[in-house]
Amino acid sequence: MEAWFAILVGLFFAGATYLLLSKKVVRILLGLALLGNAVNLLIFTAGRLTREVPPLIAPDEDAFTGPVANALPQALILTAIVISFSFFAFLLVLAFRAYQDLGTDDTDAMRLAEPVSDPLPPEGY
Amino acid sequence: MAVGDIDPVLAVNVASAPATLGDWLVVLPLVIPLITGAALVMLRHQMHHQAAVAAGGLVGLLAADIALLVKVLREGPVVMAMGAWKPPFGIAFTADLLGTTFATVSAVVAIAVSLYSIPTINTHERRYGFYPFLMLLMTGVTGAFLTGDLFNLYVWFEVLLISSFGLLVLGSEKRQIDGTLKYGVLNLMATTLFLIAVGLTYGVTGTLNMADIAAKARALPEGAPMVTIAALFLLAFGMKAAAFPVNFWLPASYHTPGAGVSALFAAMLTKVGVYALLKTLLLILAPQAAALSGIVVFVAGTTMVIGALGALAQADLRRLLGWLIIAGIGNMLVGVALGSEGAVTGAVLYGVHSMLVMAGLYLAAGMIEEMAGTGQLSRLGGMMAFNPSFAAVFLVLSLAVSGLPPFSGFWPKAVLFEAAVAGDAPGLAAIILATGFVTTIAIGRVFLYVAWRGGPEGTPDGTTDLVHLAPIPDEDRVARLAPIGLLAGLSVLYGLLPAPVFSLAEGSARSLLDSAGFIARALGSMP
Repeated sequence: MEAWFAILVGLFFAGATYLLLSKKVVRILLGLALLGNAVNLLIFTAGRLTREVPPLIAPDEDAFTGPVANALPQALILTAIVISFSFFAFLLVLAFRAYQDLGTDDTDAMRLAEPVSDPLPPEGY
Repeated sequence: MAVGDIDPVLAVNVASAPATLGDWLVVLPLVIPLITGAALVMLRHQMHHQAAVAAGGLVGLLAADIALLVKVLREGPVVMAMGAWKPPFGIAFTADLLGTTFATVSAVVAIAVSLYSIPTINTHERRYGFYPFLMLLMTGVTGAFLTGDLFNLYVWFEVLLISSFGLLVLGSEKRQIDGTLKYGVLNLMATTLFLIAVGLTYGVTGTLNMADIAAKARALPEGAPMVTIAALFLLAFGMKAAAFPVNFWLPASYHTPGAGVSALFAAMLTKVGVYALLKTLLLILAPQAAALSGIVVFVAGTTMVIGALGALAQADLRRLLGWLIIAGIGNMLVGVALGSEGAVTGAVLYGVHSMLVMAGLYLAAGMIEEMAGTGQLSRLGGMMAFNPSFAAVFLVLSLAVSGLPPFSGFWPKAVLFEAAVAGDAPGLAAIILATGFVTTIAIGRVFLYVAWRGGPEGTPDGTTDLVHLAPIPDEDRVARLAPIGLLAGLSVLYGLLPAPVFSLAEGSARSLLDSAGFIARALGSMP
């Protein structure tokens, strides 16, 4: 079961990497969203996969006796989802604003912070 | 025992006694900026109170940091587990000498920047939340320095990242939007890589507490992919620290916001990356990371070279400073690369020096840009004749960053050089000296252009042309000059009396490299 999930995570990473290599901001952002989901799936798989064993302690017990589902990765993923979603929302707005103000969604054409026609450094003293 | 009661034996194993009042000191440096930040959001309609509240919060933060530093110096690393769950079950904060030292210095820098920001940020920036972002940035930075849990470290990284986005794009200028987009995407990728490494670490060791990981990683069976995980940490934190070849987001963005924000970033963000590298590679995964030391040596050397050469190739003052940060990161990475006590001492010394001096230089650059209306070196000049005292402070900061005695840059470079020679890395030692020389040329040239010559390019020798320089308004003079003077003064003090900082750095290095002691203390098996 874990092996299949590992392959799936790998496919997610491959797709995310492909999108991140693009010049267009929207594709880069889609790549980031995919990357975030790939990581969530990775954490989920790293916590080992089990079926239908809820992590509940029986009333007359103090600790788990049999195998149980691991609840911690789900807590980690929940945190990561919240964080990556808020970042994605911020970057989406930023990208839209960049498109409005800079008139392009091509990262190669965004050269305001580092202008192409930069003056050369002064020569000599 | 009735049904539903907890077995007392079990309870003793998972929960500790409620934290004593002294232990609360560990989280106090987090609580103060967090609450102040929240209060500032609520006070968003009382613009004229914002600076005072923020300054109060930062002074409180500094006081808490110093109190914690004293406690750590006296008792060694202080551990506090949330909800009294014993580590590794609860999220633990582990304040050691390294993190506490860095946290204290960042609080000093934040106070200087908040003073500088009073006259320099405009109403627009104030209204859109400069001060709340500043406080939340401090929360994230302090949290990253004090936490003892790997996933918690990720959360603090995200806290400081989102506040830095806010600060970076605050002016909504076109070039800020451009810079923020690149900064944002690349830094988010770096933290995602870090999260991957955290997930894999959890999959292999089954724990997230730093000390517990360190203990478990030393007892793993053959074939566990810990070297891969260490490599991922190296890439993720290397990107955060702006190490070559993943440094290009820094010179693309650090010059776009106001000078105060640049100074904050220069002092803290990259240092958090270096701190995390020291923690993960030298403390938590020390045996595995030894396999990567060749790569780290290469990264440290190339980062120093690219930083120094990049500084030489710039025509704009603040963009040049961005490359000097990178050169400094290279120097600190020498400590990570060699991993000896001397080298780590040098890296910590360099971290403290770089925080103070780079922040001071960015603030000074902001003053120069304000007086001259430009940061282009060819259009600057005459500062010496125009404002001699400011030019003198700028000279002190320039000499400090290039590593000349008697200023603060000299000691870390001397210690790192000695460690590189002792650690049988003559190549790194040579690069430290050579890049120090190139940095001196780069920043020395800046001083010649900005201050020494009479005016902008084309002014004949021996004459002065000061018409393009606008004086700083008298009423704001103190708020602008005092923080720069404070940072330069601390640099001189550090240069003349290095003993206190040196003993802090040495103590940090010793406790960082003593992983057995750290594990014992953090997991509570030692009194």
